[in-house]
Amino acid sequence: MVELAALELPDDPKLAQNITHFARALRKAGLPIGPGRIIDAIRAVEATGFTERADFYWTLHACFVSKPEERATFGQLFRLYWRDPRYLEQMMSFMSPMVRGVAEERTAQAAEKRAAEALLDGQERDLPTPEEDGEEVEISIDASQTISTQEKLRSLDFEQMSTAEMAAAKRILASLRLPVPPILSRRTQNLPGRLPDWRATMRGAMRHGGEVTDFATKRRRIRYPNLVVLCDISGSMSQYSRAVLHFLHAVANREGQGWAQVHAFTFGTRLTNITRHLRTRDVDAALSAAGLEAQDWEGGTRIAECLASFNRDWSRRVMGQGAVVLLITDGLDRDTTADLGREMERLKLSSRQLIWLNPLLRWDGFAPKAKGIMAMLPHCSSFRAGHNITSLEGLADALARPHDSGQKARLMAMMQG
Amino acid sequence: MVFADIDAVQSALAKQDYVCGRALATVVFLSLRLGRPLFLEGEAGTGKTEIAKAIAASLGRRLIRLQCYEGLDAASAVYEWNFAEQMIAIRAAEAAGGADRDILKTELFTEEYLIERPLLEAMRPQDGGAPVLLIDELDRTDAPFEAFLLEALSDFQVTIPELGTIKAPEPPIVILTSNRTREVHDALKRRCLYHWVDYPDFEREIEILHARAPEASEALSREVVAFVQKLRTEDLFKKPGVAETIDWAKCLLALDVINLSPAVIADTLGAILKYQDDIQKLEGSEAKRILEEAKAGLETV
Repeated sequence: MVELAALELPDDPKLAQNITHFARALRKAGLPIGPGRIIDAIRAVEATGFTERADFYWTLHACFVSKPEERATFGQLFRLYWRDPRYLEQMMSFMSPMVRGVAEERTAQAAEKRAAEALLDGQERDLPTPEEDGEEVEISIDASQTISTQEKLRSLDFEQMSTAEMAAAKRILASLRLPVPPILSRRTQNLPGRLPDWRATMRGAMRHGGEVTDFATKRRRIRYPNLVVLCDISGSMSQYSRAVLHFLHAVANREGQGWAQVHAFTFGTRLTNITRHLRTRDVDAALSAAGLEAQDWEGGTRIAECLASFNRDWSRRVMGQGAVVLLITDGLDRDTTADLGREMERLKLSSRQLIWLNPLLRWDGFAPKAKGIMAMLPHCSSFRAGHNITSLEGLADALARPHDSGQKARLMAMMQG
Repeated sequence: MVFADIDAVQSALAKQDYVCGRALATVVFLSLRLGRPLFLEGEAGTGKTEIAKAIAASLGRRLIRLQCYEGLDAASAVYEWNFAEQMIAIRAAEAAGGADRDILKTELFTEEYLIERPLLEAMRPQDGGAPVLLIDELDRTDAPFEAFLLEALSDFQVTIPELGTIKAPEPPIVILTSNRTREVHDALKRRCLYHWVDYPDFEREIEILHARAPEASEALSREVVAFVQKLRTEDLFKKPGVAETIDWAKCLLALDVINLSPAVIADTLGAILKYQDDIQKLEGSEAKRILEEAKAGLETV
């Protein structure tokens, strides 16, 4: 299909020009359209020789759209542009930030950075130390005599960190690793193993005049699972969520971590996909962008509803091929409904491993009394704390040992007892 | 034979009992005219695989289907040597005392011992013109196979080290489908014409049902379609596709049902809903409510 023949433009050069302009408008709106696609589109329009507006629409649609989400954008721009192209250019300046030019984005960056700082570091919380936390505090005081401040930092609760401590903790978090145990794939590779490699055996035999001298073998290739993270960003969870998001940003962006793909979602009152933002190299930029997207930072929590919308809209798309799910929430649902257990079960059934990090576990006397927790607990494969750096380090163990259910067994016994 | 215009595509597919909208017909027409692969994405049961069959039948071409699965590799997608046969040939030659190295080498790696898999088959000349190559459920394979396809689909040729390069005399008509259990890479999508196959509207679904289950009475078809359309607006884990509508209509016919009633729906729900959660949701008064709403909608039409 590689044709290098000169491109024959339709008789009307204006049309080709208009298609090009239209494509550029689409590109500004975020559709990935290269020059190759524009040439295709002109060819396609030439081939249909359209007479009807609808045909023209679907011809361009076939060439420019490549994701269902892009259909709406395409439809809007099509209607605007092909009514009167000049009108569109005027409109561009008024339209959503997505359509606005790149230049404007640049100037906004400094402001965003400030916003990120305000969002992430600016809040120093002088919360009184909870009384139940006696033992935790004791350990850190005790430890301060013998171990370095960094060690102390590791066991300090995220909620109790000062801004400076939080900044230091973030640096440690960024260097943490979350290695993943590989899974055997159905593919094979040419290394000695258990499976017979007939192709190589025959090739070897041919070198010796048809005498089979050596029996070649191959082995199954390994592959890595996807990681799906569901992160509660409601008021009670915000400090932990930020710390974990920092950690995830490091996991998602460092080479050689193993994970095939890391998908991240935040939820509070509604579910938001922040995967795209986590790809940004700069942590603050990523988190502030994610913050803009997820409008409900520190609102209430509607866990059941958010899990339901994840199960409905995303689970089939991101959970394929054995994903590991990391659920970070305190399990305190604002409207406790019977659905929570069922949604949790559905989530468990479509995942390879469902790990629940609950910072409430840091309290010694923690008991699964809240309705939401009681509904969710039976369905997770591992239940652990996630309130300080050490506990996040422990996450790697949970992944390496799929049968390690963390605190689940103990709490289940408590629940039934 | 290639279609003259979009109307021709629509009527030719209609003859194969495939009812398709103007949008899909446009994309099919373009794909045939420009010789580009067609990438169809959409929910399960919306007729993505069927269209490949309909195109093949209406053009009188052969349909070659490559069903994708996890771990699909070149040996099962392109070609494999028939090792058992080769071994026997070696032994036979030895027994006859004529195991000459060079002769064996040239004789063993010939087309006689080659097992052709779908991709290689599609590159071969066929009676009646290039075949329709259906690469089904592409999202089930992994990225390495996608990369391999990218190469195969841009040149329409396959290289076998022992035999040389085999190039398609005429590029096959390629149709790729995906259920979107994961995102297919942009590089592959870019080479294709894209279309999202949506659920049809009421009138079109009636047409489809007439074409696929002509035995069903007008009244029953309308009720079935109205109910399924209503069901799709409910909050379900898996919405019923067109394939389910057709299946269900056939089930009802087999049971000699003339009119839908809540009892009949409860008995046959398994034909349209495939998840226990969804079925549970519709038990009791829910099905009755939806049926009443659907019937009310029919009367106003």
